[in-house]
Amino acid sequence: MMKRFFDCVNRNRSAAMTYGLVIVFYIVMQTLASQRMLTRSVTGYLVPICVYIVLAVSLNLVVGISGELSLGHAGFMGVGAFAGIVAAACLRSFIPNDFLLLLAALVVGGILAGFAGLLIGIPVLRLRGDYLAIVTLAFGEILKNIVGNLYIGLDAKGLHFALNAEGIHMDPAGKMILSGALGATGIQKLSTFFMGFLLILFTLFVVLNLINSKEGRAIKAVRDNYIAAESVGINTTAFRMKAFVVSAFLAGMAGALYGLNYSAVAASKFGFTTSIDILVFVVLGGMGNILGSVISAAVLYVIPEAMRGLADYRMILYAVVLIVVMLCTWSPAVKNRIAMVTEKFTSKFRRKEAACHE
Amino acid sequence: MNFLQYLINGVSIGAVYAIIALGYTMVYGIAKMLNFAHGDVIMVGAYISYCVTSYLGLPAVLGVLIAMAVCTLLGVLIEGLAYKPLRGTSSLAVLITAIGISYFLQNGAQLIWGSAPKNFASIVTFAPLKLFSGRLTITGEVIITILASILIMVALTLFTGKTRMGKAMRAVSEDRDAAQLMGINVNRTISMTFAIGSALAAIAGVLLCSAVPTLQPTTGSMPGIRAFTAAVFGGIGSIPGAMLGGILLGVIETFSKAYFSTQFSDAIVFLVLILVLLVKPAGLMGKAVQEKV
Repeated sequence: MMKRFFDCVNRNRSAAMTYGLVIVFYIVMQTLASQRMLTRSVTGYLVPICVYIVLAVSLNLVVGISGELSLGHAGFMGVGAFAGIVAAACLRSFIPNDFLLLLAALVVGGILAGFAGLLIGIPVLRLRGDYLAIVTLAFGEILKNIVGNLYIGLDAKGLHFALNAEGIHMDPAGKMILSGALGATGIQKLSTFFMGFLLILFTLFVVLNLINSKEGRAIKAVRDNYIAAESVGINTTAFRMKAFVVSAFLAGMAGALYGLNYSAVAASKFGFTTSIDILVFVVLGGMGNILGSVISAAVLYVIPEAMRGLADYRMILYAVVLIVVMLCTWSPAVKNRIAMVTEKFTSKFRRKEAACHE
Repeated sequence: MNFLQYLINGVSIGAVYAIIALGYTMVYGIAKMLNFAHGDVIMVGAYISYCVTSYLGLPAVLGVLIAMAVCTLLGVLIEGLAYKPLRGTSSLAVLITAIGISYFLQNGAQLIWGSAPKNFASIVTFAPLKLFSGRLTITGEVIITILASILIMVALTLFTGKTRMGKAMRAVSEDRDAAQLMGINVNRTISMTFAIGSALAAIAGVLLCSAVPTLQPTTGSMPGIRAFTAAVFGGIGSIPGAMLGGILLGVIETFSKAYFSTQFSDAIVFLVLILVLLVKPAGLMGKAVQEKV
């Protein structure tokens, strides 16, 4: 009874810390921005930081909580981005308010990405382990490939879809929204830091509630022992699917926010490399640790950007840091060595202190 | 006749994929890890060969040999420094470290050789073979690639089947603990696997760049992913599976480019992979393992 009570308090404390950190971060950044204490480049990072935090938290739901290695998360981001861009262009005449228009675009992006997640989840979740990883990688590349060859134009009659540039027959007044490999161009920037902040809060709300609900415990049971979970009557596929679709939905919303933050976005952005970047955020933040994902996404996004002064050396440094961190946190041999060194250091220090007291 | 032409070109590309896939599949079979840095070892091999032939002016054969030596060293070094300390821990930790190595190699190559593409001179100098009064052309690169892959496959089959080291490798991939109890030096066996895989990657890099003559730091990543797909397609961990998977993947890719659409060839290749995995979840030649509580 007591233990349960403390568990509950502990859990809520970690959730409260996560929300608190995000809110404090927003207030500090917003105050600094309003006092014009941030350079243009720093304010430019704010929306992408929010996007990557949402992506990392949503991927953590699949990788950390549900225990499935997904290597195609950026594909959902891409679907959300382009769906959001098209939705914003179409709904512009109906919704005059920028904030509401952005919100509508996020919802459309999320729903389409969630739908893609559902379609992909049906075959993918029949597999497990490394095979599941490679199939998500394959689906991510397929999504990128399709999105990268889609041509969408908008004119007075409505939307026109085609798979090549010649396939679009529009009025002369019509405008191309997506043009294949070139991606989306001439996007009207709608994304704001405030919306990014709201999206993070929404994501945290959805993910933390899901984790600490009955469904969340079932999902974790499936992760920890698939067969045992099945034998106590948990519908393993349904629960894994729930986590997968929710994660795709959130990634789609983040993608829409990302797409509407730039004047041009190309499909090549949403490939394997971006999926891997998000996975690195999740693993370094700690699997299943939501607060860790938030912090590591923000910090790891900013580090390479802040090192732009080092030009060509920055990515190589990033790689070295990544390897060293992985070795220090995971390798038993390296961890022992570190423990020995710190032990030696502290004991020397203590002895000195003791000598002083005498 | 076109069909035959596409088939031959497809087999040739597939043979390169197969050589790369061998590296993935052997490492997976023995160390149970997805070595995402393998694609970048291919790129390093191609650069070394490029440097030896165009800067030092040495013959192409020497270029290939030096590239193989350097890549072998690189493979063993990567394994010893980055993967060995993580043995026995979470497979995800090893995966992320492999990605770190991949970033490191790509950006290191960019630092040394620049990001501008280099024009790789083909190692094959003889004229293309023309059959059926010129309706069927087989380039020298195609012949060399197919011959090299056959040679490698035969050699590798003999090596794993007949030699002591090869048998040790199969034992380690079957059951690492039992192999260790039988007195097999597991660490040395794993290093050996990386050495062979990386030497094969160097050959694959040279063959790849002879067929597609642009060389840049990202050259290895896409063929790497394709070959990885091929390894899974054939049943990851299985050596004949990697050969079959690589060649099938190359043929499918060429046919889908020729008969369906060039732009969607990626999507088609990956779709076929997914369909195969749905029917045979362990790949074409993989063993299905019964899971027990």
